[in-house]
Amino acid sequence: MNFPVLSLIVFTPLVAAVLLLLIPADRKNEARATALAAAVFALLLSIWVYAQYALNGYTDYQFVEKVSWLKVGQLAFDYHVGVDGMSAPLVLLTGIVMFTGVLISWGREDLHAPTGIQDRPREFFAFLFLLAGGVFGVFVSLDLFLLFFFYEIAVFPMYLLIVIWGWVKTREYAAMKLTLYLFIGSVVALVGALAMYWTAGQQTGVFTFDMLELEKAGFSTAFQNAWFLPVFFGFAVLGGIWPFHNWSPDGHVAAPTAVSMFHAGVLMKLGAFAALRVGIMLLPEGAKTWSWLIMLFAAIAVVYGAYIAFVQPDLKYMIGFSSVSHMGLVMFGLSTLNRDGLTGAGLQMFSHGVMTALFFAVTGMIYDRSHTRQIPELGGMMKPLPWAGIGFIIGGLVSMGMPGFSGFVAEFPIFMGVWQVAPLAAIIASISIVITAAYIMRNIRQVFFGEMPAQFEGHISPLTALDKVAIVTLCLLMIALGLFPGLMAPMVQTGVDNILRLLGGA
Amino acid sequence: MLLAILPELLLLTLAVILLVVEPFWKVEDRRKAGWLTFGGLLATMAISLLFGRPGDPQAVFGGMLRFDWFGFFFKMIFIFGAAATSLFMMDHEKLGRRGESYLLLLATTMGMGLMASSADLVMLYLAIETTSIPLYVLAGFMLDDKASTEAGFKYLLFGALTSAVMLYGFSLLFGFTGTTDLYKLADNLGPDRNMSLMVFGVIFLLLVGLGFKVSAVPFHFWAPDVYQGAPTPVAGFLSTASKAAGFAVLLRLFIEVFPGFADWTTILAVLAAITMTVGNLLALPQTNIKRLLAYSSIAHAGYAMIGLVAFSDLGAASVIFYLVAYVATNLLAFGIVMAFSRIAGSDEIKDYAGLSRRAPWLGIAMLVAFLSLAGMPPFGGFVAKVIVFAAAVQNPALIWLVIVGILNSIVGVYYYLNVLKYVYLYRMDGENEEAHPIALTRPYTIALLVLGFAVILLGTAFGPWFDWSTLGALNLF
Repeated sequence: MNFPVLSLIVFTPLVAAVLLLLIPADRKNEARATALAAAVFALLLSIWVYAQYALNGYTDYQFVEKVSWLKVGQLAFDYHVGVDGMSAPLVLLTGIVMFTGVLISWGREDLHAPTGIQDRPREFFAFLFLLAGGVFGVFVSLDLFLLFFFYEIAVFPMYLLIVIWGWVKTREYAAMKLTLYLFIGSVVALVGALAMYWTAGQQTGVFTFDMLELEKAGFSTAFQNAWFLPVFFGFAVLGGIWPFHNWSPDGHVAAPTAVSMFHAGVLMKLGAFAALRVGIMLLPEGAKTWSWLIMLFAAIAVVYGAYIAFVQPDLKYMIGFSSVSHMGLVMFGLSTLNRDGLTGAGLQMFSHGVMTALFFAVTGMIYDRSHTRQIPELGGMMKPLPWAGIGFIIGGLVSMGMPGFSGFVAEFPIFMGVWQVAPLAAIIASISIVITAAYIMRNIRQVFFGEMPAQFEGHISPLTALDKVAIVTLCLLMIALGLFPGLMAPMVQTGVDNILRLLGGA
Repeated sequence: MLLAILPELLLLTLAVILLVVEPFWKVEDRRKAGWLTFGGLLATMAISLLFGRPGDPQAVFGGMLRFDWFGFFFKMIFIFGAAATSLFMMDHEKLGRRGESYLLLLATTMGMGLMASSADLVMLYLAIETTSIPLYVLAGFMLDDKASTEAGFKYLLFGALTSAVMLYGFSLLFGFTGTTDLYKLADNLGPDRNMSLMVFGVIFLLLVGLGFKVSAVPFHFWAPDVYQGAPTPVAGFLSTASKAAGFAVLLRLFIEVFPGFADWTTILAVLAAITMTVGNLLALPQTNIKRLLAYSSIAHAGYAMIGLVAFSDLGAASVIFYLVAYVATNLLAFGIVMAFSRIAGSDEIKDYAGLSRRAPWLGIAMLVAFLSLAGMPPFGGFVAKVIVFAAAVQNPALIWLVIVGILNSIVGVYYYLNVLKYVYLYRMDGENEEAHPIALTRPYTIALLVLGFAVILLGTAFGPWFDWSTLGALNLF
């Protein structure tokens, strides 16, 4: 067996979480430094995995590790991990969001308006890393039980992170709502997974949760049609699919900045990824039967999300609904079940993850300093916070799908894919591009270039060096991907090949 | 043959030693009795594991007991629970320095061991009473406390009534078949379906007694009041080991005696669904943590019954594993409640505000216990729930029950997280938590650490535990 790099990635944040709890509570900077070291380590490892996957020539599942976890009678759980072209970019994305999330949470205590996380940072980073470990785990899982195991680990720290460090006004309501939505989704999907387990076992005689084996189980079309809906939508709840998106903007708004970044940047991809890996890849016939429904919901999400974002006066709600709209595009791509659409969905997951992390980081920096997120009350932020302004503009360009940025590389294939299947849906959904451009432009003008209200004069403290590092990292990634789509497109293509093989033909 | 009752013999020896030694100690030194009990229980466990392991199932003492892995595994659970409870009792104001409390604990543990291995109706009834009577006394141990007296009395009245009804069931069973041997009952009942109406009558009578033991709805009314009034360590023991003993009897009795009348699974399925739902819904409005845990333990009895309803070797194994995870988790929860109320003097949930600042590690322990109860990984409760549900989904006719279970676990998540909100988010009046630390004495530190690790171990390295559960379950089929 090769060097177990994926296990190392998964367990780095988990071990770091335990270590953090062992640091005395008053040693805040030591806790932060430990967190940063762990995040850098995980990031380097995920970059290495990404690069190595490409160097190894884009083939199938790599870095596979398989150990039997439980084998008694008819029950068999394996610890089985590996990455393919779909999951490798998402592992990288998680590494990046984790790293930048730690940077912008460091903050400063000595300012008259403290920034970042100042209350119990040790617990904050410990719970955040528990979450990160769960997210890494889901992306690399090749065993259904293992996937659920990590999926749940990724869900419950969100509750604590939001309820403890969140926005005072809505945190209790939003945190409980989010947890219940996600928990309902995951347990509904769990029943489907158990049904797959027994049915596959009775058909093939091999009882296993191994997804590579379940792919070959040959479920009957009736079985697939019946179970696809609970499995796919159970996971898609976390992907923010309309009409189950309601928890998501509330959660974004209530969460502290780094958690919003994780939530919108990575967690929502977790839902879309699991819906793809378990729903579409294990039940391909069911996916074909129900793809029209996913496409319908996704089209509604794309336009409706953009429209609600357009009318939102609260900056964070605006980004929250724009996430619903952009995740709708991911689902839109998935629903095509063809090469272009799926490739676009894969790229969009990465692109939107980076973009929305940047948006939330910038919003958090502004809110920490101005104590308001009401767009009409803000103005002229470009002067005191030029880095934040440039970051927001670049994020906005990505969001609009401007060529030269990653958003274009991702959204263009999605619309190409949809056009092949349902031209009308593509036309309707493309309305969202116009609306998106409208609200992004309006916000840039109002928040960054409008006239600065008098009460902010001299009260906006500059960004810390760490904040700037985070912004630059995220911006460079989006530009690099926009100019050189070859960095990621071939990788996602190999993942798509896999899916198309399961869908038969094409 | 004596090997079959090796754990019971050792417990008896320990009880006698305690009885002889304790009066010679000065009253203020009698806390030592707790260490003696704890050490003795650990030794009992170690000696039994080394020398008292069963081989192939065999009937001993003229068919009164059965010496098999099923009974042995349950005995280890009870002794583990008693060991943790003896630690929790040591620093209890009223129990800690009284040798009798440890003696009663040992007596009831011995009774539970016999319950799990009884193979005869007469023996079974004696074992159940041996278990119950010391528990009645323990629940009402604090004579100067009205709530405790009420708890003891209530437990006694309910217990006596339900056990009389169950005894009537036993006598009818003997009347139908002419034998009291569990392993001959099934043959004597035979395939004669004309009997079925009578047999179902008997099943109902038995369910009254056993439903009381595991606090299944509608025999649950005693649980919240007794848990609230009884000394907290006793409540913890009642809700874990005593419940596990009830399940041991349920499993052996129903699977061995009524396999030809498997329609009882339908009755139990309905009972499980009602138990889960009522337990969870009534837990929602609770403001006292012991009452909350009481209703949650009713709900957990419902989840465990799902595995029994599945009526397969996997189902039985899942029940045993569920009980192991549940016993460790709930003991942890009650241990925290005990440690907290000893300093803070309150069991109200609102007084848990600021706990994570007053005692960060106690907060983490609370997190582990309550997330495990809610069924979240990487804790034992998650794996246990998945396996129980897996056993039920194997039979497509039971998918409705799994869906009921899932809806219920969502309700559970709500109230468990609500408690954690008090622990982590809310603050004490005056926001000076650092001035009110919660110091743990050594017994609590040991017990909470071991239980916390056990809960995590059961949720990650669950292989060996589930192996043993399966070994025990296979004895029944």
